[in-house]
Amino acid sequence: MNSGLKLIISREYLSRVKRKSFIISTILVPILMIGLSAAPALVMMLSTPESRIVAVIDESGDVAGRLSDNGEVHFIEASAPLDSLRSDEAYDAILVLGADVVKRPGQSITLYSRGAPAMATSSYISQQLENAIEDIRLEAYDIANIKQILADVQVTVDYPTIRIDKEEDTASSATLSYFIGLMLDMMLYMFILIYGQMVMNSIIEEKNNRVLEIVVSSVKPTSLMLGKIVGVGLVAITQILIWAVVLGACSLWTVPMLSGLAEADGNAEFTAAMGQLADTGFITSLFVYLVLFFIGGYLFYSAIYAAIGSAVDNVQDASQLSTIATMPVIIGIVASMAILNNPNSTLSFWVSVFPFTSPMAMMSRLPYGVPMWEILLSLAVLYASFMALIWVCAKIYRVGIFMYGKKPTLMEIIRWARYK
Amino acid sequence: MDNILIAENITKDFTGHRALDDVSIAVPRGKVYGLLGPNGAGKTTLIRIINHITAPDSGYVEFDGHALTAADVAHIGYLPEERGLYKKMKVGEQAMFFARLKGLSKHDAEKALRHWFDRLEISEWWDKKIEELSKGMAQKVQFIVTVLHQPKLLIFDEPFSGFDPINAGILKREILRLRSEGATVIFSTHNMASVEELCDEITLINRSRNILSGPVGQLREQFGANIYEFSFAGNPESLRAAVGHMGAGFDLGSVDDSGYARATISLQSPDDVRPLLAAANEAVHINSFRHVLPSMDDIFVAAVSASNSESKQ
Repeated sequence: MNSGLKLIISREYLSRVKRKSFIISTILVPILMIGLSAAPALVMMLSTPESRIVAVIDESGDVAGRLSDNGEVHFIEASAPLDSLRSDEAYDAILVLGADVVKRPGQSITLYSRGAPAMATSSYISQQLENAIEDIRLEAYDIANIKQILADVQVTVDYPTIRIDKEEDTASSATLSYFIGLMLDMMLYMFILIYGQMVMNSIIEEKNNRVLEIVVSSVKPTSLMLGKIVGVGLVAITQILIWAVVLGACSLWTVPMLSGLAEADGNAEFTAAMGQLADTGFITSLFVYLVLFFIGGYLFYSAIYAAIGSAVDNVQDASQLSTIATMPVIIGIVASMAILNNPNSTLSFWVSVFPFTSPMAMMSRLPYGVPMWEILLSLAVLYASFMALIWVCAKIYRVGIFMYGKKPTLMEIIRWARYK
Repeated sequence: MDNILIAENITKDFTGHRALDDVSIAVPRGKVYGLLGPNGAGKTTLIRIINHITAPDSGYVEFDGHALTAADVAHIGYLPEERGLYKKMKVGEQAMFFARLKGLSKHDAEKALRHWFDRLEISEWWDKKIEELSKGMAQKVQFIVTVLHQPKLLIFDEPFSGFDPINAGILKREILRLRSEGATVIFSTHNMASVEELCDEITLINRSRNILSGPVGQLREQFGANIYEFSFAGNPESLRAAVGHMGAGFDLGSVDDSGYARATISLQSPDDVRPLLAAANEAVHINSFRHVLPSMDDIFVAAVSASNSESKQ
């Protein structure tokens, strides 16, 4: 590697890593992510249960007595007419059950509420009503011990999946694979967009403040472009590594705890998932391929972003052209969603070989396990296309960086690639 | 003559536009060489070719006795017309980056930078960011970045734009000092006064072609061939009557503070000077008489408009 390229890379890297915005976002994002995932639980914990008193006017005479209270909802049988109950502030809601409620509950139940009832309240009321009416209907059949029989026949099915294509039998969890795939896809999407556009914007900025001309009087434009892509890529990797270490530390602490929970719980799916997470071999090989696809995807798209950045003078003009890069990424993400549901289909295969979509597709497929030859083929196609693309983009870049003034059309940009 | 840079028959086309058409220049070692021309004439393209930023479609560039290669840019210092530095970087850090891009070791770069920062009295800027500096201050930094690696060939594109007269003076002094230390300077500008002051030789490019080349003194002689100026006391009309028929363009100027009037006349040949003086001496009292050299401004305008009208035909 020549020293010019090295200097460019180190400048691009250091100037970004030292920036306050990098440090802040590196610290803030995990906090935000943890915060977001913990927020619903926190809200649940902190919000005081609302206490609601529900007056029940039961014209059938059989149902009201079967409704049981919980901590929040208190049912009180009332005999006063609806109108007087409506004006009585002591009741938060009035539940009116028609005489026909057991036969036609759809037409016979009305809830009058002071303010909109909370989701939990209204679903609790529904559930209580359903239970009561079910009980009454069952009793109508007059079978002895019916409740006992029902409890005996009830069953929940849950089983481990053992992969037979692996050397040793390992339990794998489809649900876990699904979520890992989804998460990785989102991460890749975010990184390609954020860091690809960072490459693009930094080229536009250099072009605008004309520092470019001094740099290219010392190093080749291609070196500058490559240096920028690699430098920004290293920033991305640094950020991921920091997050991975934090995440790894967290999981070292939480996974054994959760595994214990899983065993105690006896849920096979959950146990398999925890087993999969604790399987270092699985994690390591997954991680190696992921990194390769991640880097390949980033390089591929940032080369496109670099070419776009060189062709325009300002960010406004760039936004239009950058759809060229954003569209395939989004298509890839959409295709990945389909893949998540059916990771071994023909569509999945082709989408994960085509270089525009393969990084995204592989993110969703890898956690499910992909045959080695497919991974290698996909990687080979991706990196070969990156080489071809960087060659074309470097040509566009070389011409584009000296073009000021009018915004070029896509056709003109393609023509630049053919200049000698 | 020993030339550090020779460009021969350079042609460069852009889509639908020929930027350089068969342009040749030869830059003698140790001189200040002016690269002149109207806006859009092709100067910047030629400079970029010399800097190995773009390649010519045809033609040959020789640097220091061999065909120009990418490695030669380490011996060239280039100050582009459109100045720019990384706004968010600190001055010292940035200067180090550019110095090292030119191949200086960390140690040498720092030593040379400290020297230059002291010289231009900007040492206290080392830890400031470029965005905190004024335009003129940033240009000083950029000048240092250009000359730091002691290039054999320096290329300045409009170096004085944006400088106040004091700093422009400092810059001129430094450019001439660099020349005296053996550097060759290519100097592209529209400011003809600074050309007279600094340049030894020039090339004038107009509409992608080289229309005029040569040493500044020689060109001024050549263009100002036979214009002479009197300063005199007496009746201007009697001077006109006495000498007006001897040459073209007899022109009377205003009377100056000391009471002398001015008149210029353009002769057919220098042989007419003696009869002219004799006739004028009879008519008025001559205070002074001199051969007028045209300014570079005049030469620029004359040559460019001649070439424009020629290409229109």
